[in-house]
Amino acid sequence: MADAQSGRSLVVDAVTHRYPSGALAVQNINLDIKGGEIIALLGPSGCGKTTLLRIIAGFIAQTQGRIIIGDDIVDALPPNRRAVGIVFQNYALFPHLSISENVGYGLAARGVNKATRQREAQRLLELVQLPAMAERLPRQLSGGQQQRVALARALAIKPSILLLDEPFAALDKNLRLDMQIEVKRLQRVSGITTLIVTHDQEEALSMADRVAVLSHGKLEQFGSPSDVYDRPQTLFVNTFVGSSNRMPGIVVSADRTAAKVRLDAGAEIIARPAGGALTEGGRVTVCIRPEHLQFVGDETGFAGVVGMSLPLGATVVHEIKTADGSGVKISQARIGETHALENGAAVRLAPLAPSLANAFPATF
Amino acid sequence: MGAAPASRDVTSYGMGLAAPLALFFLVFFVAPLLQLLWLSLHNDTAALHWGLGQYLHFLTDPFSLSVLGSTLLLGAEVTAVCLVLGFPIAWLYQRVGPRLQTIIILIVLLPLLTSVVVRTFAWIVILGRQGIINATLQSLGIIDTPLKLLYTQFGVVIALAQVQMPLMTLPLITALGRIDPNLDDASCSLGAGSWRSFFKITLPLSLPGVIAGCTLTYAAAITAFITQSLIGGGQMLFMPMYLYQQASTLQNWPFASAISIIFLLAVLAVVSVFTTLGRMSRGYGGA
Repeated sequence: MADAQSGRSLVVDAVTHRYPSGALAVQNINLDIKGGEIIALLGPSGCGKTTLLRIIAGFIAQTQGRIIIGDDIVDALPPNRRAVGIVFQNYALFPHLSISENVGYGLAARGVNKATRQREAQRLLELVQLPAMAERLPRQLSGGQQQRVALARALAIKPSILLLDEPFAALDKNLRLDMQIEVKRLQRVSGITTLIVTHDQEEALSMADRVAVLSHGKLEQFGSPSDVYDRPQTLFVNTFVGSSNRMPGIVVSADRTAAKVRLDAGAEIIARPAGGALTEGGRVTVCIRPEHLQFVGDETGFAGVVGMSLPLGATVVHEIKTADGSGVKISQARIGETHALENGAAVRLAPLAPSLANAFPATF
Repeated sequence: MGAAPASRDVTSYGMGLAAPLALFFLVFFVAPLLQLLWLSLHNDTAALHWGLGQYLHFLTDPFSLSVLGSTLLLGAEVTAVCLVLGFPIAWLYQRVGPRLQTIIILIVLLPLLTSVVVRTFAWIVILGRQGIINATLQSLGIIDTPLKLLYTQFGVVIALAQVQMPLMTLPLITALGRIDPNLDDASCSLGAGSWRSFFKITLPLSLPGVIAGCTLTYAAAITAFITQSLIGGGQMLFMPMYLYQQASTLQNWPFASAISIIFLLAVLAVVSVFTTLGRMSRGYGGA
C-alpha cells in the first residue's frame, strides 16, 4: 500500500476560523506534520479540535490561513477532491449498503469497475481482519467490527491523510485498547499520515508520535508525548495532561533555568520556570504531579495533615491538607503494608527533584 | 415458536384496551363495508336478485373503465407533482436554521389550516379566465387570449397537489431527519459529488418517507371529491363523482356499491404496490 499518495506531509498554516456569530473556533493554529507521522489533537470538548479536523477535510472553509497537503495548497478543493480519508466517531457506515459496498464506495465514485472494487474491498477487509463479513449489512456487525470497516473504507481511496474523529470513544475499554493497537499497526503498514482527534490523554500519549494540545481554540503545545507530559509549556497542558497539584506561591529569586518559590503552603522549593521567564516577587502557580512528591523528614519541605487515603491497586493516593488550607495529592507505589498512614497524622512533603516542579506565572 | 405462551400474555393485555376502538370500527366501518358488498352483489336496483351483474357491467363498460383509469392517473400525476416539489422543501428543511424551519413548517401546514372548500374556491379565482394567472400573463404581454386552466386536468392536478402537499412533505421531513448527517460527509470525503451522494445515499435512505408520502398523497388525491368536482367543473368525471351520481342522482345503489368496491380494490392494489416497492429497498429496514 506504500504508493505515492501515502505518507504526504500536512501543514496547517496560521489557520483561524470564526463562526458566523463572530466567536473564534480556532485561532492561529500552526502545525507542521511530516509524512507518515501519527499526530493526536488533544483537548477538552469545545476546544476546536473537531473544527480543525473538518477544516483539514474540507467541510469547513477556514476564515484565514492555509492547509497544505504534500506540495499542494488544498483550500480551494471541495472534500471530495482532497483525498482525505475520515473515520467518524459514529463510523457513519452506509446502513443500506453491504460491508463490501461500503468499502468499495470510494472506488465506485472514482469509476472503478465492480470486479476490481470487490477484489479491493476483500483485500482491505482481510487487512482489518474481517474477511468473512463482505456480504453483511453494517447493523449486523459489532461496534468494533464496524470501526474496522470504517477504517477499511477510508483506506480504500488510498488517502494522503487519514483523519480519525474520536475513533475509540464509543468502544468499551478492552476493545478500545485492541483497536488502538490495530490502528497503530495499520498506520505502520500503510505509512499514512494520520491525525487522531481525542479528548483522552492516555490515547493521545500512547498512540501519537507528537501531540497537539488545544484549549479554547488555541494551540497550547505541540510536541512529543514526553515533551507534553514532562515539559509542559503552559499551566493548561500541565493540568490537562496527567494529573497535577496546583500550588500557589511567590517568586523569591529566578533565572532562566531555576526559580526559588515560596509556596503559600509554607516552604521554599526550587522549581523549573516552564512558561517563560519569571519575575522576582511575582505570583506563580507551581504544578507538581502526585507521583513526583515524596514524604520527607523534619524541617524540610512543607507540612500537612493526612486526610483521605485511596488505595488504587498498584498505587495509593493520599490527600494531604496543607497549612494554607488547600489539598495536595501524593501518589506512592504500593509496597507491602508500608502505605498505611494514620488519618490526621502530621507529615512533610517535597518534590522528588527541582525539575519535576513546574512554575507558571499566575494568571489571576 | 416456543415463546408463544409468553407473547399471548402480552397481547391479551393489549387486546382488552383496544376493544372500544375495535367495537367502533366493527359497527361503523366493517358493518357498512359488508353491507356495501352485499348490495353490490345484486343485479337489480331494488336489490332482490343475486348476481355479479353490476361488476360485469362496470368491467365491460368502456366509459366506467375510462373513469377508473383517469382517476388512477390523476392520483399518479398529483403524487408525482407532490414528490418533485415536496422533496426539495423537505431537504431544505433539514439544512436550515431553526427559524427558517419554523417558517417552512408553517408554509407546509398552511393548506391544512384552511377549509378545503375555501382553498378550492381560491384556486378557481387563481386559475379562472379572468383569474390571477391569466390577468398577470396578459398584462405582461406574454399571452393574448386567456389560457384555459380551470376545468382542465392540469388545473385539478395543481389544486390537488397544493392541497395534498403536507401529506407528502411531512413524512419526507421525518425520513430525511432520521438520516445521519455524517453519511453525507462520509460520502463526500470518499470522493462522491453531491449528485452521487444524493442518489446513492440520501434518496435510498429516505425511501420509507417517499413511500409513506406517496401512499398518503395518492389515496387522498383520488378520493378528493370537492376539489375534483369544483376545479374539474363537471367536464371531467372521476370515481368519487361517478359514485355520487349513481347513488344520489340515479338511485342505483347496487351499481354505486360495485363502483365503491372496485375503487377500493384498485386503491388497495396501488397502495400495496407502493408498500412492496418499499419493502424491496434495503433502506426500509435500516436505522
